[in-house]
Amino acid sequence: MRYVIIGSGVAGLSACEAIRSLDKTNEIIMVGDDPHGYYSRPGLAYYLTSEIHDKGLYPRGKNNWQSLDVQFVQGRVTRILPNEHQLIVDEKSPLSYDKLLIAVGSQAVRLDVPGADLNEVVKLDHLEDARQILKLARRGKTAIVVGGGITALELVDGFRARGMKVHYLLRGDRYWSNVLDEQESRIIEHRLKEEGVKIHHRAELIEILEKRGRVDGIRLLDGRSLRCNLLAYAIGIRPRVELARDAELAIDRGILANEYLQTNNPDIYVAGDVAQVYDPLSGRSIIDSLWGPAREQGFAAGLNMAGDKKAYIKSAPFNVTRLAGLTTTIIGTIGRGVDEDLIGIARGDSETWRSLPDAIATQSGFDVNRLRLMVGKNSLLGAIVMGNQKLSIPLEKIISAGADITAIRDKLLQPGAPIADIIAEFWTSWRAQYAS
Amino acid sequence: MSFRNIFENDKTHHTALATGHVVPDYSRCVQCGICSYNCPIGIDVRGYAWRGEGIKSSECLTCGECVARCPRGVLRFAHTNLDKGGAL
Repeated sequence: MRYVIIGSGVAGLSACEAIRSLDKTNEIIMVGDDPHGYYSRPGLAYYLTSEIHDKGLYPRGKNNWQSLDVQFVQGRVTRILPNEHQLIVDEKSPLSYDKLLIAVGSQAVRLDVPGADLNEVVKLDHLEDARQILKLARRGKTAIVVGGGITALELVDGFRARGMKVHYLLRGDRYWSNVLDEQESRIIEHRLKEEGVKIHHRAELIEILEKRGRVDGIRLLDGRSLRCNLLAYAIGIRPRVELARDAELAIDRGILANEYLQTNNPDIYVAGDVAQVYDPLSGRSIIDSLWGPAREQGFAAGLNMAGDKKAYIKSAPFNVTRLAGLTTTIIGTIGRGVDEDLIGIARGDSETWRSLPDAIATQSGFDVNRLRLMVGKNSLLGAIVMGNQKLSIPLEKIISAGADITAIRDKLLQPGAPIADIIAEFWTSWRAQYAS
Repeated sequence: MSFRNIFENDKTHHTALATGHVVPDYSRCVQCGICSYNCPIGIDVRGYAWRGEGIKSSECLTCGECVARCPRGVLRFAHTNLDKGGAL
Protein backbone atom coordinates (compact mmCIF):
# COMPACT_ATOMS: atom_id res chain seq x y z
CA MET A 1 0.00 0.00 0.00
CA ARG A 2 1.37 3.40 -0.97
CA TYR A 3 -0.21 6.80 -0.39
CA VAL A 4 0.87 9.60 -2.68
CA ILE A 5 0.08 13.23 -1.99
CA ILE A 6 0.58 15.83 -4.69
CA GLY A 7 1.19 19.25 -3.14
CA SER A 8 3.15 20.36 -0.09
CA GLY A 9 0.70 22.82 1.45
CA VAL A 10 -1.32 22.55 4.63
CA ALA A 11 -3.92 20.20 3.11
CA GLY A 12 -1.17 17.73 2.19
CA LEU A 13 0.52 17.93 5.58
CA SER A 14 -2.77 17.48 7.38
CA ALA A 15 -3.54 14.43 5.24
CA CYS A 16 -0.16 12.92 6.23
CA GLU A 17 -0.99 13.40 9.90
CA ALA A 18 -4.41 11.82 9.44
CA ILE A 19 -3.02 8.82 7.55
CA ARG A 20 -0.36 8.30 10.21
CA SER A 21 -2.98 8.40 12.96
CA LEU A 22 -4.47 5.24 11.44
CA ASP A 23 -1.64 3.66 9.51
CA LYS A 24 1.85 3.65 11.02
CA THR A 25 3.53 1.42 8.49
CA ASN A 26 2.62 1.98 4.87
CA GLU A 27 4.55 4.33 2.67
CA ILE A 28 3.58 8.00 2.23
CA ILE A 29 5.19 9.99 -0.57
CA MET A 30 4.61 13.70 -0.95
CA VAL A 31 5.40 15.18 -4.35
CA GLY A 32 5.61 18.97 -4.55
CA ASP A 33 6.81 21.46 -7.14
CA ASP A 34 7.47 24.25 -4.66
CA PRO A 35 11.22 24.04 -3.96
CA HIS A 36 10.60 25.31 -0.43
CA GLY A 37 8.24 22.51 0.54
CA TYR A 38 5.80 23.22 3.36
CA TYR A 39 5.72 26.74 4.76
CA SER A 40 3.04 29.15 5.90
CA ARG A 41 1.69 30.67 2.71
CA PRO A 42 -0.50 33.19 4.58
CA GLY A 43 2.66 34.16 6.46
CA LEU A 44 4.12 35.60 3.24
CA ALA A 45 2.14 38.79 3.93
CA TYR A 46 4.04 39.20 7.21
CA TYR A 47 7.32 38.38 5.49
CA LEU A 48 6.67 41.27 3.10
CA THR A 49 6.15 43.65 6.04
CA SER A 50 9.27 42.28 7.83
CA GLU A 51 7.24 41.01 10.79
CA ILE A 52 8.85 37.65 10.25
CA HIS A 53 12.01 36.38 8.63
CA ASP A 54 11.63 33.89 5.77
CA LYS A 55 13.32 31.16 7.83
CA GLY A 56 10.59 31.62 10.42
CA LEU A 57 7.88 30.65 7.92
CA TYR A 58 8.61 26.93 8.20
CA PRO A 59 6.45 25.38 10.93
CA ARG A 60 8.06 21.95 10.71
CA GLY A 61 11.63 21.00 11.36
CA LYS A 62 13.33 17.89 10.00
CA ASN A 63 12.43 15.93 13.12
CA ASN A 64 8.73 16.57 12.61
CA TRP A 65 8.84 15.14 9.11
CA GLN A 66 10.93 12.20 10.24
CA SER A 67 8.41 11.37 12.94
CA LEU A 68 5.65 11.44 10.32
CA ASP A 69 7.75 9.14 8.14
CA VAL A 70 6.90 10.93 4.91
CA GLN A 71 9.19 10.82 1.92
CA PHE A 72 9.36 14.13 0.07
CA VAL A 73 9.97 14.19 -3.67
CA GLN A 74 10.56 17.58 -5.23
CA GLY A 75 9.17 17.61 -8.72
CA ARG A 76 6.29 18.50 -10.94
CA VAL A 77 3.63 15.93 -11.62
CA THR A 78 2.89 16.21 -15.29
CA ARG A 79 0.33 13.43 -15.63
CA ILE A 80 -1.90 11.17 -13.62
CA LEU A 81 -2.67 7.80 -15.17
CA PRO A 82 -5.71 6.64 -13.20
CA ASN A 83 -6.09 3.29 -14.93
CA GLU A 84 -2.48 2.35 -14.21
CA HIS A 85 -2.55 3.97 -10.72
CA GLN A 86 0.55 5.91 -11.66
CA LEU A 87 1.93 9.45 -11.80
CA ILE A 88 4.53 10.87 -14.10
CA VAL A 89 6.89 13.20 -12.23
CA ASP A 90 9.16 15.47 -14.27
CA GLU A 91 8.62 13.19 -17.28
CA LYS A 92 10.67 10.48 -15.58
CA SER A 93 9.78 6.90 -14.73
CA PRO A 94 6.29 6.48 -13.32
CA LEU A 95 5.48 6.53 -9.62
CA SER A 96 2.73 4.16 -8.57
CA TYR A 97 0.07 4.83 -5.96
CA ASP A 98 -2.76 2.99 -4.31
CA LYS A 99 -4.48 6.08 -2.87
CA LEU A 100 -3.80 9.51 -4.27
CA LEU A 101 -4.52 12.97 -2.87
CA ILE A 102 -4.46 16.00 -5.15
CA ALA A 103 -3.75 19.06 -3.01
CA VAL A 104 -2.00 21.31 -5.51
CA GLY A 105 -3.78 24.51 -4.52
CA SER A 106 -4.48 27.43 -6.77
CA GLN A 107 -2.55 30.05 -8.63
CA ALA A 108 -2.98 33.71 -9.42
CA VAL A 109 -5.01 34.57 -12.48
CA ARG A 110 -2.51 36.15 -14.89
CA LEU A 111 -2.80 39.71 -16.07
CA ASP A 112 -3.71 39.77 -19.71
CA VAL A 113 -2.34 43.10 -20.93
CA PRO A 114 0.67 44.02 -23.05
CA GLY A 115 3.81 44.15 -20.91
CA ALA A 116 2.54 41.64 -18.32
CA ASP A 117 5.56 39.39 -18.85
CA LEU A 118 8.10 42.00 -17.74
CA ASN A 119 10.28 41.10 -14.78
CA GLU A 120 8.86 43.85 -12.56
CA VAL A 121 5.29 42.56 -12.88
CA VAL A 122 4.71 40.44 -9.79
CA LYS A 123 2.11 38.34 -7.95
CA LEU A 124 2.05 36.66 -4.55
CA ASP A 125 1.54 32.92 -4.90
CA HIS A 126 4.68 31.44 -3.37
CA LEU A 127 7.74 32.19 -1.28
CA GLU A 128 9.73 32.71 -4.48
CA ASP A 129 7.26 35.43 -5.51
CA ALA A 130 7.69 37.15 -2.14
CA ARG A 131 11.47 37.01 -2.48
CA GLN A 132 11.23 38.48 -5.96
CA ILE A 133 9.02 41.29 -4.64
CA LEU A 134 11.50 42.11 -1.87
CA LYS A 135 14.35 42.07 -4.33
CA LEU A 136 12.59 44.62 -6.52
CA ALA A 137 11.05 46.82 -3.80
CA ARG A 138 13.11 49.95 -3.25
CA ARG A 139 12.52 52.83 -0.87
CA GLY A 140 11.28 55.92 -2.64
CA LYS A 141 10.34 54.05 -5.83
CA THR A 142 6.76 53.64 -6.98
CA ALA A 143 4.62 50.51 -6.98
CA ILE A 144 1.20 50.03 -8.49
CA VAL A 145 -1.18 47.40 -7.15
CA VAL A 146 -4.05 46.09 -9.26
CA GLY A 147 -6.81 43.84 -8.01
CA GLY A 148 -8.94 43.19 -4.96
CA GLY A 149 -9.50 41.07 -1.89
CA ILE A 150 -7.01 40.42 0.86
CA THR A 151 -3.92 39.76 -1.26
CA ALA A 152 -4.09 43.17 -2.97
CA LEU A 153 -3.93 44.90 0.41
CA GLU A 154 -1.17 42.58 1.61
CA LEU A 155 0.85 43.77 -1.37
CA VAL A 156 0.01 47.41 -0.59
CA ASP A 157 1.07 46.87 3.04
CA GLY A 158 4.30 45.21 1.96
CA PHE A 159 5.28 48.05 -0.38
CA ARG A 160 4.42 50.68 2.21
CA ALA A 161 6.54 48.86 4.79
CA ARG A 162 9.44 49.10 2.29
CA GLY A 163 8.97 52.84 1.99
CA MET A 164 7.59 52.76 -1.53
CA LYS A 165 5.04 55.14 -2.99
CA VAL A 166 1.92 53.13 -3.74
CA HIS A 167 -0.93 53.58 -6.20
CA TYR A 168 -3.87 51.21 -5.81
CA LEU A 169 -6.09 50.76 -8.86
CA LEU A 170 -9.71 49.69 -8.52
CA ARG A 171 -11.88 48.98 -11.54
CA GLY A 172 -15.08 49.74 -9.67
CA ASP A 173 -16.27 52.36 -7.22
CA ARG A 174 -15.04 50.77 -4.02
CA TYR A 175 -12.84 48.11 -2.43
CA TRP A 176 -14.11 44.47 -2.22
CA SER A 177 -17.66 45.41 -3.05
CA ASN A 178 -19.21 41.94 -2.85
CA VAL A 179 -17.95 41.16 0.64
CA LEU A 180 -17.75 44.53 2.38
CA ASP A 181 -20.59 47.00 2.51
CA GLU A 182 -20.11 50.56 1.36
CA GLN A 183 -19.21 51.96 4.77
CA GLU A 184 -16.65 49.20 5.37
CA SER A 185 -15.05 49.80 1.97
CA ARG A 186 -14.84 53.50 2.77
CA ILE A 187 -13.25 52.82 6.17
CA ILE A 188 -10.54 50.75 4.50
CA GLU A 189 -9.98 53.22 1.69
CA HIS A 190 -9.82 56.12 4.16
CA ARG A 191 -7.15 54.32 6.17
CA LEU A 192 -5.16 53.53 3.04
CA LYS A 193 -5.25 57.18 2.04
CA GLU A 194 -4.08 58.19 5.51
CA GLU A 195 -1.11 55.89 5.02
CA GLY A 196 -0.28 57.75 1.84
CA VAL A 197 -1.68 55.24 -0.65
CA LYS A 198 -3.15 56.90 -3.73
CA ILE A 199 -6.38 55.15 -4.72
CA HIS A 200 -7.70 55.38 -8.27
CA HIS A 201 -11.32 54.31 -8.79
CA ARG A 202 -12.72 53.17 -12.13
CA ALA A 203 -9.17 52.60 -13.30
CA GLU A 204 -8.89 49.93 -15.96
CA LEU A 205 -5.33 48.91 -16.74
CA ILE A 206 -4.79 48.33 -20.45
CA GLU A 207 -1.04 48.40 -20.90
CA ILE A 208 2.18 48.17 -18.93
CA LEU A 209 4.79 50.52 -20.36
CA GLU A 210 8.46 49.66 -20.55
CA LYS A 211 11.69 51.53 -20.89
CA ARG A 212 14.91 49.69 -21.65
CA GLY A 213 13.24 46.37 -20.87
CA ARG A 214 11.90 47.43 -17.47
CA VAL A 215 8.50 48.51 -16.20
CA ASP A 216 8.25 52.27 -16.45
CA GLY A 217 4.54 52.93 -16.08
CA ILE A 218 1.03 51.96 -17.05
CA ARG A 219 -1.73 53.21 -19.27
CA LEU A 220 -5.41 53.21 -18.33
CA LEU A 221 -8.47 52.80 -20.52
CA ASP A 222 -9.51 56.42 -19.99
CA GLY A 223 -6.19 57.61 -21.41
CA ARG A 224 -4.47 58.43 -18.11
CA SER A 225 -1.01 57.09 -17.53
CA LEU A 226 1.01 56.64 -14.34
CA ARG A 227 4.70 56.05 -13.87
CA CYS A 228 5.92 53.18 -11.72
CA ASN A 229 8.86 50.84 -11.19
CA LEU A 230 6.89 47.80 -10.13
CA LEU A 231 3.42 46.45 -10.77
CA ALA A 232 1.77 43.84 -8.54
CA TYR A 233 -1.50 42.14 -9.32
CA ALA A 234 -4.03 40.14 -7.34
CA ILE A 235 -7.04 39.77 -9.61
CA GLY A 236 -8.15 36.39 -8.30
CA ILE A 237 -7.03 32.80 -8.19
CA ARG A 238 -7.74 29.68 -10.20
CA PRO A 239 -7.66 26.18 -8.80
CA ARG A 240 -4.93 24.15 -10.53
CA VAL A 241 -7.24 21.66 -12.21
CA GLU A 242 -5.12 20.78 -15.27
CA LEU A 243 -3.83 17.44 -13.93
CA ALA A 244 -7.33 16.37 -13.00
CA ARG A 245 -8.74 17.44 -16.34
CA ASP A 246 -6.16 15.37 -18.21
CA ALA A 247 -6.99 12.42 -15.96
CA GLU A 248 -10.68 12.88 -16.83
CA LEU A 249 -11.75 13.60 -13.28
CA ALA A 250 -14.98 15.57 -12.84
CA ILE A 251 -14.32 19.30 -12.79
CA ASP A 252 -16.42 22.39 -12.42
CA ARG A 253 -14.66 25.51 -11.07
CA GLY A 254 -12.43 23.21 -9.02
CA ILE A 255 -12.01 19.43 -8.87
CA LEU A 256 -15.34 18.06 -7.73
CA ALA A 257 -15.44 15.90 -4.62
CA ASN A 258 -18.13 14.36 -2.48
CA GLU A 259 -18.28 15.03 1.27
CA TYR A 260 -15.63 12.35 1.76
CA LEU A 261 -13.25 14.38 -0.42
CA GLN A 262 -13.36 11.63 -3.00
CA THR A 263 -13.40 12.48 -6.70
CA ASN A 264 -15.34 10.47 -9.26
CA ASN A 265 -12.36 8.09 -9.21
CA PRO A 266 -12.64 6.22 -5.88
CA ASP A 267 -8.87 6.04 -5.35
CA ILE A 268 -8.27 9.74 -5.94
CA TYR A 269 -9.05 12.34 -3.29
CA VAL A 270 -8.78 16.10 -3.31
CA ALA A 271 -8.40 18.81 -0.65
CA GLY A 272 -7.63 22.50 -0.23
CA ASP A 273 -7.91 25.38 -2.71
CA VAL A 274 -8.17 23.06 -5.69
CA ALA A 275 -11.18 21.20 -4.30
CA GLN A 276 -14.79 22.05 -4.93
CA VAL A 277 -16.43 20.06 -2.19
CA TYR A 278 -20.04 18.96 -1.84
CA ASP A 279 -21.64 20.45 1.23
CA PRO A 280 -24.54 18.22 2.37
CA LEU A 281 -26.04 21.06 4.43
CA SER A 282 -26.45 23.52 1.55
CA GLY A 283 -26.54 20.96 -1.27
CA ARG A 284 -23.91 22.99 -3.14
CA SER A 285 -20.31 22.33 -4.10
CA ILE A 286 -18.08 25.10 -2.81
CA ILE A 287 -14.48 26.30 -3.09
CA ASP A 288 -12.83 27.82 -0.04
CA SER A 289 -9.39 29.36 -0.35
CA LEU A 290 -8.76 29.34 3.37
CA TRP A 291 -6.16 27.74 5.61
CA GLY A 292 -8.66 26.28 8.10
CA PRO A 293 -10.86 24.40 5.60
CA ALA A 294 -7.73 23.23 3.71
CA ARG A 295 -6.39 21.71 6.91
CA GLU A 296 -9.73 20.11 7.80
CA GLN A 297 -10.31 18.79 4.29
CA GLY A 298 -6.80 17.37 4.17
CA PHE A 299 -7.36 15.62 7.48
CA ALA A 300 -10.70 14.13 6.45
CA ALA A 301 -9.24 13.04 3.09
CA GLY A 302 -6.29 11.39 4.86
CA LEU A 303 -8.56 9.45 7.20
CA ASN A 304 -10.68 8.26 4.28
CA MET A 305 -7.61 7.27 2.25
CA ALA A 306 -6.51 5.15 5.20
CA GLY A 307 -9.84 3.34 5.29
CA ASP A 308 -12.01 5.41 7.61
CA LYS A 309 -15.32 6.94 6.52
CA LYS A 310 -15.22 10.54 7.67
CA ALA A 311 -17.39 13.23 6.10
CA TYR A 312 -16.08 16.76 5.87
CA ILE A 313 -18.75 19.03 7.23
CA LYS A 314 -18.01 22.57 6.31
CA SER A 315 -18.30 25.06 9.12
CA ALA A 316 -19.03 28.74 8.57
CA PRO A 317 -15.99 29.92 6.62
CA PHE A 318 -14.11 32.61 8.39
CA ASN A 319 -10.88 34.51 8.09
CA VAL A 320 -9.08 36.98 10.26
CA THR A 321 -7.01 39.45 8.37
CA ARG A 322 -5.65 42.93 8.47
CA LEU A 323 -7.17 45.30 5.99
CA ALA A 324 -5.19 48.54 5.91
CA GLY A 325 -3.89 47.73 9.38
CA LEU A 326 -7.37 47.10 10.76
CA THR A 327 -7.93 43.61 12.15
CA THR A 328 -11.01 42.23 10.46
CA THR A 329 -12.85 38.96 10.93
CA ILE A 330 -15.26 37.78 8.27
CA ILE A 331 -17.62 34.95 9.21
CA GLY A 332 -20.33 33.12 7.28
CA THR A 333 -22.22 34.89 4.49
CA ILE A 334 -22.05 38.65 4.43
CA GLY A 335 -22.13 39.86 0.84
CA ARG A 336 -23.33 39.05 -2.64
CA GLY A 337 -22.81 39.71 -6.30
CA VAL A 338 -19.67 40.28 -8.29
CA ASP A 339 -16.58 42.33 -7.57
CA GLU A 340 -15.12 43.92 -10.67
CA ASP A 341 -11.60 43.65 -9.26
CA LEU A 342 -11.60 39.88 -8.93
CA ILE A 343 -12.10 37.01 -11.32
CA GLY A 344 -13.71 34.26 -9.25
CA ILE A 345 -12.36 34.35 -5.75
CA ALA A 346 -9.13 35.51 -4.15
CA ARG A 347 -6.77 33.97 -1.63
CA GLY A 348 -8.04 33.90 1.91
CA ASP A 349 -11.52 33.89 0.49
CA SER A 350 -14.64 31.76 0.40
CA GLU A 351 -17.38 31.51 -2.19
CA THR A 352 -19.81 31.28 0.71
CA TRP A 353 -19.13 34.83 1.88
CA ARG A 354 -20.92 36.33 -1.09
CA SER A 355 -23.84 33.91 -1.41
CA LEU A 356 -26.12 35.83 0.86
CA PRO A 357 -29.75 34.76 0.85
CA ASP A 358 -32.46 37.05 2.22
CA ALA A 359 -31.17 38.51 5.39
CA ILE A 360 -31.35 41.79 7.17
CA ALA A 361 -28.21 43.66 8.01
CA THR A 362 -27.85 45.28 11.35
CA GLN A 363 -24.80 47.27 12.21
CA SER A 364 -23.20 49.48 14.74
CA GLY A 365 -19.95 51.23 15.28
CA PHE A 366 -18.09 53.94 13.57
CA ASP A 367 -14.62 54.57 12.23
CA VAL A 368 -12.35 51.75 13.36
CA ASN A 369 -14.65 49.60 15.46
CA ARG A 370 -17.42 48.17 13.42
CA LEU A 371 -19.71 45.22 13.73
CA ARG A 372 -22.16 44.07 11.08
CA LEU A 373 -24.45 41.10 11.52
CA MET A 374 -26.51 39.35 8.90
CA VAL A 375 -29.67 38.28 10.67
CA GLY A 376 -31.58 35.37 9.17
CA LYS A 377 -34.96 33.99 10.19
CA ASN A 378 -33.84 32.49 13.45
CA SER A 379 -30.05 32.39 13.23
CA LEU A 380 -27.14 34.63 12.36
CA LEU A 381 -25.90 33.99 8.82
CA GLY A 382 -22.75 36.03 8.95
CA ALA A 383 -20.82 38.79 10.62
CA ILE A 384 -17.97 41.13 10.02
CA VAL A 385 -15.98 42.46 12.95
CA MET A 386 -13.56 45.30 12.33
CA GLY A 387 -11.26 46.76 14.95
CA ASN A 388 -12.04 45.49 18.44
CA GLN A 389 -12.10 41.70 18.13
CA LYS A 390 -13.69 40.76 21.45
CA LEU A 391 -16.84 39.46 19.77
CA SER A 392 -15.20 37.68 16.86
CA ILE A 393 -14.73 34.31 18.60
CA PRO A 394 -18.23 34.31 20.15
CA LEU A 395 -19.74 35.20 16.78
CA GLU A 396 -17.77 32.51 15.01
CA LYS A 397 -19.13 29.90 17.43
CA ILE A 398 -22.70 31.25 17.33
CA ILE A 399 -22.76 31.34 13.51
CA SER A 400 -21.02 27.98 13.04
CA ALA A 401 -23.44 26.27 15.40
CA GLY A 402 -26.47 27.93 13.76
CA ALA A 403 -27.56 28.99 17.24
CA ASP A 404 -31.23 29.89 17.63
CA ILE A 405 -31.34 33.65 18.15
CA THR A 406 -35.12 34.01 18.18
CA ALA A 407 -34.96 35.44 21.69
CA ILE A 408 -32.80 38.39 20.63
CA ARG A 409 -33.75 38.79 16.97
CA ASP A 410 -36.23 41.65 17.45
CA LYS A 411 -33.85 43.47 19.75
CA LEU A 412 -31.04 43.19 17.21
CA LEU A 413 -33.19 44.64 14.45
CA GLN A 414 -34.32 47.73 16.29
CA PRO A 415 -32.81 50.88 14.83
CA GLY A 416 -29.76 51.96 16.78
CA ALA A 417 -29.74 48.74 18.81
CA PRO A 418 -26.58 48.17 20.89
CA ILE A 419 -25.91 44.96 18.98
CA ALA A 420 -22.48 44.35 20.52
CA ASP A 421 -23.98 44.35 24.02
CA ILE A 422 -26.89 42.16 22.93
CA ILE A 423 -24.52 39.61 21.38
CA ALA A 424 -22.19 39.67 24.41
CA GLU A 425 -25.11 38.98 26.71
CA PHE A 426 -26.50 36.26 24.44
CA TRP A 427 -23.05 34.65 24.24
CA THR A 428 -22.77 34.39 28.01
CA SER A 429 -26.03 32.48 28.37
CA TRP A 430 -25.71 30.48 25.12
CA ARG A 431 -22.18 29.37 25.92
CA ALA A 432 -23.31 28.01 29.29
CA GLN A 433 -26.02 25.93 27.58
CA TYR A 434 -23.82 24.98 24.64
CA ALA A 435 -21.02 23.76 26.90
CA SER A 436 -23.37 21.65 28.99
CA MET B 1 -9.00 57.57 36.84
CA SER B 2 -8.03 57.56 40.50
CA PHE B 3 -4.70 56.30 41.82
CA ARG B 4 -6.53 53.46 43.42
CA ASN B 5 -7.78 52.31 40.03
CA ILE B 6 -4.31 52.51 38.58
CA PHE B 7 -2.94 50.22 41.28
CA GLU B 8 -5.95 47.97 40.93
CA ASN B 9 -5.28 47.61 37.18
CA ASP B 10 -1.64 46.89 37.85
CA LYS B 11 -2.52 44.21 40.35
CA THR B 12 -5.02 42.66 37.94
CA HIS B 13 -2.38 42.62 35.21
CA HIS B 14 0.16 40.88 37.43
CA THR B 15 -2.40 38.41 38.70
CA ALA B 16 -3.25 37.54 35.11
CA LEU B 17 0.41 36.95 34.32
CA ALA B 18 1.06 34.91 37.44
CA THR B 19 -2.03 32.74 37.29
CA GLY B 20 -2.73 32.61 33.59
CA HIS B 21 -1.30 30.74 30.68
CA VAL B 22 -1.42 31.34 26.95
CA VAL B 23 -4.00 29.39 25.00
CA PRO B 24 -4.53 29.31 21.24
CA ASP B 25 -7.65 29.22 19.13
CA TYR B 26 -6.16 26.92 16.52
CA SER B 27 -8.85 27.55 13.95
CA ARG B 28 -7.62 31.15 13.56
CA CYS B 29 -3.95 30.19 13.23
CA VAL B 30 -2.17 30.10 9.86
CA GLN B 31 1.20 28.99 11.29
CA CYS B 32 2.99 32.18 10.25
CA GLY B 33 5.36 31.80 13.18
CA ILE B 34 5.37 35.39 14.45
CA CYS B 35 4.62 34.04 17.94
CA SER B 36 7.61 31.68 18.00
CA TYR B 37 9.84 34.29 16.35
CA ASN B 38 9.08 36.80 19.10
CA CYS B 39 9.19 34.46 22.09
CA PRO B 40 12.16 35.70 24.16
CA ILE B 41 13.02 32.19 25.28
CA GLY B 42 12.32 30.40 22.03
CA ILE B 43 9.26 28.33 22.90
CA ASP B 44 7.65 26.78 19.83
CA VAL B 45 4.37 28.61 20.42
CA ARG B 46 3.30 27.85 16.85
CA GLY B 47 3.54 24.11 17.52
CA TYR B 48 1.19 24.47 20.50
CA ALA B 49 -1.19 26.49 18.32
CA TRP B 50 -1.20 23.74 15.65
CA ARG B 51 -2.12 21.15 18.24
CA GLY B 52 -4.63 23.48 19.91
CA GLU B 53 -2.86 23.12 23.26
CA GLY B 54 -2.24 25.74 25.91
CA ILE B 55 1.42 26.71 26.36
CA LYS B 56 2.35 24.25 29.05
CA SER B 57 6.08 24.87 28.95
CA SER B 58 7.23 25.64 32.47
CA GLU B 59 9.68 28.06 30.87
CA CYS B 60 6.90 30.34 29.60
CA LEU B 61 7.27 33.73 31.23
CA THR B 62 3.70 34.73 30.30
CA CYS B 63 5.32 37.92 29.07
CA GLY B 64 2.57 38.31 26.48
CA GLU B 65 4.83 39.01 23.48
CA CYS B 66 3.22 36.25 21.44
CA VAL B 67 -0.29 37.34 22.44
CA ALA B 68 0.40 40.94 21.47
CA ARG B 69 2.21 40.19 18.22
CA CYS B 70 -0.11 37.60 16.71
CA PRO B 71 -1.76 39.41 13.80
CA ARG B 72 -4.82 37.16 13.87
CA GLY B 73 -5.79 37.14 17.54
CA VAL B 74 -5.04 33.43 17.90
CA LEU B 75 -3.54 33.66 21.38
CA ARG B 76 -5.00 34.86 24.65
CA PHE B 77 -4.41 34.51 28.35
CA ALA B 78 -6.67 32.10 30.13
CA HIS B 79 -6.90 31.67 33.86
CA THR B 80 -5.51 28.56 35.38
CA ASN B 81 -6.30 27.61 38.92
CA LEU B 82 -2.65 27.73 39.94
CA ASP B 83 -3.42 30.46 42.46
CA LYS B 84 -5.79 28.04 44.16
CA GLY B 85 -3.22 25.30 44.30
CA GLY B 86 -4.37 23.53 41.13
CA ALA B 87 -2.50 22.37 38.05
CA LEU B 88 -2.58 23.66 34.48
